[in-house]
Amino acid sequence: MQLRSNVPEGPIEKKWEKHRFEMKLVNPANKRKHTIIVVGSGLAGASTAASLAELGYNVKCFCYQDSPRRAHSIAAQGGINAAKNYQNDGDSVFRLFYDTVKGGDYRSREGNVYRLAELSLAIIDQCVAQGVPFAREYGGLLANRSFGGAQVSRTFYARGQTGQQLLLGAYQALERQIGLGKVAMFSRHEMLDLVLVDGKARGIVTRDMVTGEIESHVGDAVVLGTGGYGNVFYLATYAKGANATAIWRAHKKGAAFANPCFTQIHPTCIPVTGEHQSKLTLMSESLRNDGRIWVPKRPKDPRPPNQIPEEDRDYYLERQYPSFGNLVPRDVASRAAKRVADEGRGVGPGGFGVYLDFADAIKRLGAPVIGEKYGNLFEMYERITAENPYQVPMRIYPAIHYTMGGLWVDYDLMSTIPGLHVIGEANFSDHGANRLGASALMQGLADGYFVMPYTMGHYLGSNKVDTVGTDHPAFKEAEAGVAERVRKLLGIGGQRSVDSFHRELGKIMWEYCGMARNENGLKTALEKIPALRERFWREAKVPGENEELNQSLEKAGRVADFLELGELICLDALERRESCGGHFREEFQTPDGEAKRDDEHFSHVAAWEYAGEGRRPIRHVEPLSFEYVHPSQRSYK
Amino acid sequence: MNLTLHVWRQRNARERGRFVTYAAADISPDISFLEMLDVVNEALIAKGDDPIAFDHDCREGICGTCGMMIDGQAHGPRRATTACQLHMRTFRDGDEITIEPWRADAFPVVKDLVVDRAAFDRIVAAGGFITARTGSAPDGNAIPVPKTAADLAMDAAACIGCGACVAACPNASAMLFTAAKVSHLGLLPQGQPERHSRVRGMVAQMDAEGFGTCTNHFECEAACPKSISVRFIARMNRDYLVATLAGRGEPASAEGGTG
Repeated sequence: MQLRSNVPEGPIEKKWEKHRFEMKLVNPANKRKHTIIVVGSGLAGASTAASLAELGYNVKCFCYQDSPRRAHSIAAQGGINAAKNYQNDGDSVFRLFYDTVKGGDYRSREGNVYRLAELSLAIIDQCVAQGVPFAREYGGLLANRSFGGAQVSRTFYARGQTGQQLLLGAYQALERQIGLGKVAMFSRHEMLDLVLVDGKARGIVTRDMVTGEIESHVGDAVVLGTGGYGNVFYLATYAKGANATAIWRAHKKGAAFANPCFTQIHPTCIPVTGEHQSKLTLMSESLRNDGRIWVPKRPKDPRPPNQIPEEDRDYYLERQYPSFGNLVPRDVASRAAKRVADEGRGVGPGGFGVYLDFADAIKRLGAPVIGEKYGNLFEMYERITAENPYQVPMRIYPAIHYTMGGLWVDYDLMSTIPGLHVIGEANFSDHGANRLGASALMQGLADGYFVMPYTMGHYLGSNKVDTVGTDHPAFKEAEAGVAERVRKLLGIGGQRSVDSFHRELGKIMWEYCGMARNENGLKTALEKIPALRERFWREAKVPGENEELNQSLEKAGRVADFLELGELICLDALERRESCGGHFREEFQTPDGEAKRDDEHFSHVAAWEYAGEGRRPIRHVEPLSFEYVHPSQRSYK
Repeated sequence: MNLTLHVWRQRNARERGRFVTYAAADISPDISFLEMLDVVNEALIAKGDDPIAFDHDCREGICGTCGMMIDGQAHGPRRATTACQLHMRTFRDGDEITIEPWRADAFPVVKDLVVDRAAFDRIVAAGGFITARTGSAPDGNAIPVPKTAADLAMDAAACIGCGACVAACPNASAMLFTAAKVSHLGLLPQGQPERHSRVRGMVAQMDAEGFGTCTNHFECEAACPKSISVRFIARMNRDYLVATLAGRGEPASAEGGTG
């Protein structure tokens, strides 16, 4: 397997411009002869589908939800970064690029990240033109805030619902194309396999989730924008339906999986309360702009927070990181919370929580100002916990939130399978080992609005594909494989629910491959996961039939894939014998407990090739070089 | 706590449905309404019964996927709260709870509590957008938008498309949903060029889908998990009137999607 990044030569600020000129074009009259399959309708998928359709391509777009408007991009709260420098505070494309490479702990590709920073400008313009109601200043200009550890104010936002508003913008553009007949939308359809003809991605096999019908769809190229795989941990901030099936099926058909162990743990989520909890809810990290994080100095301090005097509190982030304080990047904040909880100083039931306290901010600014900034988040918190954050500090704890790893792609966002493009969270390219706040929305839209429309033309212009139909043997074979797998799942005939297996897998992943990892733990996980998988295929119970809406069957297929992917995540974590970003190996840390990278041996992307059932996957390496941002130990002290 | 549930069960769109009674035992008051249904479903699966199908996804009140009538109220008794954010502490030990799907001709039942809301997508496709071809936008600050207009547009744009407004309305009207989108886009300077064609297209599609008309019950606003105001309906009606008068002699829809 060859990993050619295809990053263009030349100075970094000219690469994309040069590449845009050099890429092949498809004649306007020929565009309508091509059909593109887009799987997923989140920020990346919807923006790609709409933009390709505007260019004249025929697009078939698929999502598992009942409407494309529901993709989980909708839940992003905080904002979207752009190097507009509207605040005149010293921001620039280069600074956003620099911050993103550094924030990713030097495990991303410089060329891709620079392009991302460059495209951030056009994204804001595009979204404003679509009518996204961004926050405004009284003069009518766009408002900005500082977010997630950035020292400039470059984050654009729409109250606490930025993801929702950006997604609705893309969704509306998509619906317009659906209305015009350029996009055929398939809601409640799940992609269950990728089909290759002559080594190129030529289509997918789907299951209609209402009728159970297994159908083939042919295209000249396939784009996956199916999101991240954090639900492998069961408890996560993801939507319940979010899954890795599309990328995992593509992986098994030959797409390399890059850096699967780079998973992000978000520091500000509502803590776990009990066994029946089905998901974790994020509280926007914008709260860290005004909230102060602390725990009692004494372990297991029984006093309620308001009765603990100042001298008995440990504002541990402010103490350990005086220059960034409560605004340190996500990985640093999460690990610090784990450290204090491990010392027995965690708060709330079970001790897995820390306080996020607004008392000082309320004293300084008044409750109405705090209400205007965070009112909807405070209400949401109160609804879930029955505690009022105006009166008692919030309790928060880290939770799985995002996956930086994903299918390997080159500069054109094409995977190791020709014609298979991967965008948004589903690919691995831009965030290295840790993603900074407000940059996921930026990446999804950059890929969708401004990269795919060009690189898709280039692929189609430089590759001739034969006309094939769904009667092609490759499609028939994939359909038969999908049908067989469905039959197998329905026929397991055990006694345990699929959810109980998912929960058990999640516990293994969180325990051994969560915020801190070590060799012994990972080896334990690598024994436990295959054993659990084996039990799943013997003891699971999947009620109902294929020919109906069968939510148990949907879950079963997804969990079966998670049970394979979880193993790869642990294997990747084991092989990466260094700490970087969200990947913290306890054996590799500085004396004060910070992540210690090993640039000599691990300044690379690890991309895994599927080697067949029961075979150890093959680890390939794409070396990373840093010409513009020189790796140093990240310091936020 | 222990509860008795009366749940609407319906195998598919063709078969008749009926209420089935289930016991929900040992429910923690700290879990959400949907987590309570998860617990009931786990017990049904263990017994070999078909679990209750219900739509849900984000479980944090923003995706708009979940929705059910809980004791006759869309999303249940708590104001401005989706079913996924409704917690069991709202109920009392021993309560009997009736759970039904959204009921509206334009939202046919798919299975149990799951309905088909594709009509909402078609209303948006009929004009609920601003035509802004990718790549053709001017600088974001080239068009200043007064803060009051942006804030009001955001109030309308907060709609999550869950369908509670339709379910709560005695006429199964989609006026609040449609008005929210018409107002969001119509309040912004970017939305002016298509303001008339938008409202005409969306209203025509709304009628074609079989939604009823508004007779000012305001149940929609009371049920809306995002507290979208009925004043937007008045706004849409004004826009529609102006568009109809202004529209005489204009092409019905220049590029208005299916509308």
